[in-house]
Amino acid sequence: MKKRFKREWQMHLMLLPGVLLVLVFSYIPLYGLVIAFQDYNPGRGFSSPWVGLSHFRYLFSQPNFVRTIWNSLYIAIFKILGGLLASVTFALLLNEIGNRFLKRLFQTLIYIPNFLSWVILAGVMTDLLAGDGLVNRLLESLGLGAVNFLGSPAVFPWTMILSDIWKGFGFGTVVYLAALTGIDPELYEAARIDGAGRMSQTRYVTLPMLAPTVILMLVLSLGNVMNAGFDQIFNLYSPVVYRTGDIIDTYVYRLGIAQAQYSVGTAVGLFKSVISLIMVTISYLLADKAANYRIF
Amino acid sequence: MNTRLPKTVSPSRKAFLILNYLLMAVVCLSCVLPFVHLLALSLSSRSAAAAGKVTFLPVEFTLSSYEYALVKGDFLRSLGNSLVRTFLGTMLNLVLIVLTAYPLSKNRNQLLGRNLYMSFFVFTMLFNGGMIPTYLVVSRAGLKNTIWSLILPGALPVYNMIILMNFIRGLPEELQEAARMDGATEFQLLYKIMLPLLKPSLATVGLFCIVSHWNDWFSGIIYMSSRDKYPLATYLQTLLRSFESLMRQAGSNYSQLLSQINVRTGRAAQLFLAALPVMLIYPFLQKYFTSGLTLGSVKG
Repeated sequence: MKKRFKREWQMHLMLLPGVLLVLVFSYIPLYGLVIAFQDYNPGRGFSSPWVGLSHFRYLFSQPNFVRTIWNSLYIAIFKILGGLLASVTFALLLNEIGNRFLKRLFQTLIYIPNFLSWVILAGVMTDLLAGDGLVNRLLESLGLGAVNFLGSPAVFPWTMILSDIWKGFGFGTVVYLAALTGIDPELYEAARIDGAGRMSQTRYVTLPMLAPTVILMLVLSLGNVMNAGFDQIFNLYSPVVYRTGDIIDTYVYRLGIAQAQYSVGTAVGLFKSVISLIMVTISYLLADKAANYRIF
Repeated sequence: MNTRLPKTVSPSRKAFLILNYLLMAVVCLSCVLPFVHLLALSLSSRSAAAAGKVTFLPVEFTLSSYEYALVKGDFLRSLGNSLVRTFLGTMLNLVLIVLTAYPLSKNRNQLLGRNLYMSFFVFTMLFNGGMIPTYLVVSRAGLKNTIWSLILPGALPVYNMIILMNFIRGLPEELQEAARMDGATEFQLLYKIMLPLLKPSLATVGLFCIVSHWNDWFSGIIYMSSRDKYPLATYLQTLLRSFESLMRQAGSNYSQLLSQINVRTGRAAQLFLAALPVMLIYPFLQKYFTSGLTLGSVKG
């Protein structure tokens, strides 16, 4: 043991700063979750008086809170599924493009929105989707009525879902394209000899070979079913669309930070974290089983 | 698909290819045109923007919106804050990532408690205190209104650290063994042997850090109470909601400029300036980004 330490102490020393920072900025806040069961008092900090589950009871009696759970699930699930569908389809179609230069160019262009922050994209969207914005002008010139993309409770969640798919599908496409180029050309050769046309090649070679990557990506996104996208929604929503557009994270912000109700806000956050943890654990176990995938 | 095309292209195949190119072009345009519109808007006059005449080309060309952004000071000051924050933050990220990833690239026989350390870090990715307890800790540590509140809480990005750790594991073991035989200490080994080899991967990871610092607006909102400490992303976020009131505040000094710009053109100019660096460097760095992103899916 002693001998081992003599050899390894420098590596422990290297780990020290990281461990300390994570301890202070991740593990102390983790302990701070106790205030969800306390009545937070700035003077006493994390050792405020205990109140048991009363914040949770209060929360679940609030229809405003309960609806945020459904909104979050609804928006997040459609984002995940829609994003998957868009990326796979686009990767398949992009793979059919023979011209190297164009393929590369398309790939670069669809990837641009992915790197811009939601603040900038929200600015662009507010402008494009305004009543007299470019999109509505286009719709009207086509003889379709104008749509209130950001101000109508019925439309707002779909504006969020579609714009999120638009922002993120470039990344998914790159991942699936990598999987597609990894498929052994001999498989196609064999299929052709057996008389398979392009459609059957896609049906019987490409899709089955792509399936493991798709399943893996789907399983890994399971941890996100409660993450409906704070950055995006916070920058685009307004009280008019709270009914369908308010999600757990925006609710936590308004309650906890803006109104300084620290304990109640933390209770909401804790509720979400626990559900997310369960989903993440399930997804990692599934990923390990289904695709033999381990990150660590 | 790859390998030799059939000599004659069937009509249905031809139709598919044409449709496919068209679809690709439409989708790509949808990713580019919004930014072209933004640029056109920022270069148009107030009356043209208000009348909704601008599509993809500037109408009644003017630079007043940019002049306003540069003259008024808020934009430049927050740009400065962002540059300092991004530089300091990324440096700190990289130092901590290297110092942590190297020991963790060992196995448990080479480093006592390696798996314990690993779980310690990974757990924070799966479960954390969330917005409010973190906010309370940072506030009570007295970091509010200092640049450290933007840098320290995320100083060790665990996901990026794992990416680098996987890079290190991909390097040949013999290099380290040889140096150890020569009596090099672990620090010397890390500094003299590993760092030069890690340069390309550090570039990848560094870019992730730069983009995330540059794009982060939320910490600024919750930790900074005065506008002059806002980083650019935070400043822009407040613009989204309150450009009109800001312009009113600006007062008479700028009245001449203000008569030529309006909410839309002024905001468009500043958004465009902020998006520009990312849009410019990104195509050149794309290969680093993609190699880094796909690396997370290496089987362990």
